[in-house]
Amino acid sequence: MTPALQIDGLCKSFGGLPAISDVTLAVAPGERRLIIGPNGAGKTTLFNLITGDLARDAGTVSLFGADVTRLAPHQRAHRGLARTYQIITLFAKDTLEHNVLLSLLGLSRVRWKTLAALTRHADLYDEARRVLGLVGLQHLAQRPISEVAYGEKRRVEIAMALAQKPRLLLLDEPLAGLSREERAAMKDLITGIPREVTVVMIEHDMDTALDLAERITVLHYGKIIVEGTRVEVVADPKTREVYLGD
Amino acid sequence: MPHKSLAILGVLLAAFPWVSGEYYVNLTSQILIAAIFAASLNLLVGYGGLPSLGHASFLGVSAYFSAWLYLKLGLAHWVTAPAALLGTTLMAGLFGLIALRATGLGFLMLTLALSQVLWGTAYRWVSVTDGDNGLRGLTRPSPFGMNLDDATAFYYFTLAITVAAMWLMAKFVSSPFGAALRGTRDQPRRMAALGHDVWLVRWITFVYAGFWGAVAGLLFVYYNKYIHPSSLSLITSAEGMLSVIAGGSGTLAGPILGAAIIVILKNYVSSYIQYWNMLMGFVFLAIVIFMPQGIVPGVRDWWARRRQ
Repeated sequence: MTPALQIDGLCKSFGGLPAISDVTLAVAPGERRLIIGPNGAGKTTLFNLITGDLARDAGTVSLFGADVTRLAPHQRAHRGLARTYQIITLFAKDTLEHNVLLSLLGLSRVRWKTLAALTRHADLYDEARRVLGLVGLQHLAQRPISEVAYGEKRRVEIAMALAQKPRLLLLDEPLAGLSREERAAMKDLITGIPREVTVVMIEHDMDTALDLAERITVLHYGKIIVEGTRVEVVADPKTREVYLGD
Repeated sequence: MPHKSLAILGVLLAAFPWVSGEYYVNLTSQILIAAIFAASLNLLVGYGGLPSLGHASFLGVSAYFSAWLYLKLGLAHWVTAPAALLGTTLMAGLFGLIALRATGLGFLMLTLALSQVLWGTAYRWVSVTDGDNGLRGLTRPSPFGMNLDDATAFYYFTLAITVAAMWLMAKFVSSPFGAALRGTRDQPRRMAALGHDVWLVRWITFVYAGFWGAVAGLLFVYYNKYIHPSSLSLITSAEGMLSVIAGGSGTLAGPILGAAIIVILKNYVSSYIQYWNMLMGFVFLAIVIFMPQGIVPGVRDWWARRRQ
């Protein structure tokens, strides 16, 4: 089967310092892949190379069998790629509803309309509210982002990604900064993502994240040092050495 | 509702010539022209987060181009007006390709540089622009038999175009495209990740702003029946920018109010107070100190706090 994500010989350096060196990996459709590694291992850089936020030095990125290495980030989004951010990147002054609307607009031809008011597009508003319902935030739809709690912002991040009905979803530390209860709720949310969606997740919270993953990739200094099933990776001495600690 | 208050303002302006003399009618015509200019710049500055110091390019080139076609080629107004609008809009497309290689201060410097090139050209390319003398001997058009040399007729002509311009620009910012534009201002990277073509959204806005800048330029040259290189200068761009900032960037009413303040200070106060530039400085200092967001958002916040 054609992999959802195929990366070959990907390299990226910042001022001579390699952040990602010769990374090759393939993620099968529908797979749940966890990427772990110590701080500075290059996990977020890898995401930024997949989305096109950063230009690669060498190597290729393919989505669903198509080479997207030379495509801009917005073109990759139209190929079914969505992501969330480790550092919350929302439209703070706008309502939750409007945030999800901008996500829906991103893939809709409606975004080029300059004469009809946005508020005329009731179908978009209905869909935005439905998606907020999926993450349990429908009751806060009219609140500005700046007035809701941190845990709720994390859920809006997920809602904006889900709104696009992506085929490949990159989650960058979706559990970061959440309380124990919030983490459990977020875990349920991620578990509930339909199987058609391939999920690649960076996460530090091992207790929660290991349960979510089928395969795990361990990055260290920009290189893949271990890759395999949960059991294989946890058992591998190299994993223990660099990440799980003594 | 901002639309409602703009409609009320429109009605008041329509009744204005009945209660006022020619001097104030002419002054208000100038305010309306400056308001279109400032509102078009506001699309970039306020809604797009793209601070331009070269917006005079569009006003000046549109004015010069139509004047040159009329004087040197002897073309009629109904040809020169669309030609000037089209030519200036095409130029905006080209300038956008250059200026939008950057954002923020880089964008500011590129727009400034482009407009300074035009300003220098207007001074030096004497065979076309008559240099420091400016192009004189222009007439106003007479659409549908209206004699626009009459102050009140010109005022209504300008008012009609201003209302259309403001209406279309209000539509523009409240449309899906306008929502995307504000998104590219606040979180460009996120917008790209969501599938929005950030560069294209900015370029389209740049061209659209250039078009309305050109409309302001046409009205400007009809009003003055004269065009001088100073219309292409940094001062013209800066006055537009000051109007937007003083009135409130990213609001519909802000640039209109800001333009009114500038035109009144420039024309009215300057005939009484010799140091009117200094007065203008103090007025803007006061606005920035007491209402750093501009007058319209400042008053809105003050009103909201009072009602609580």
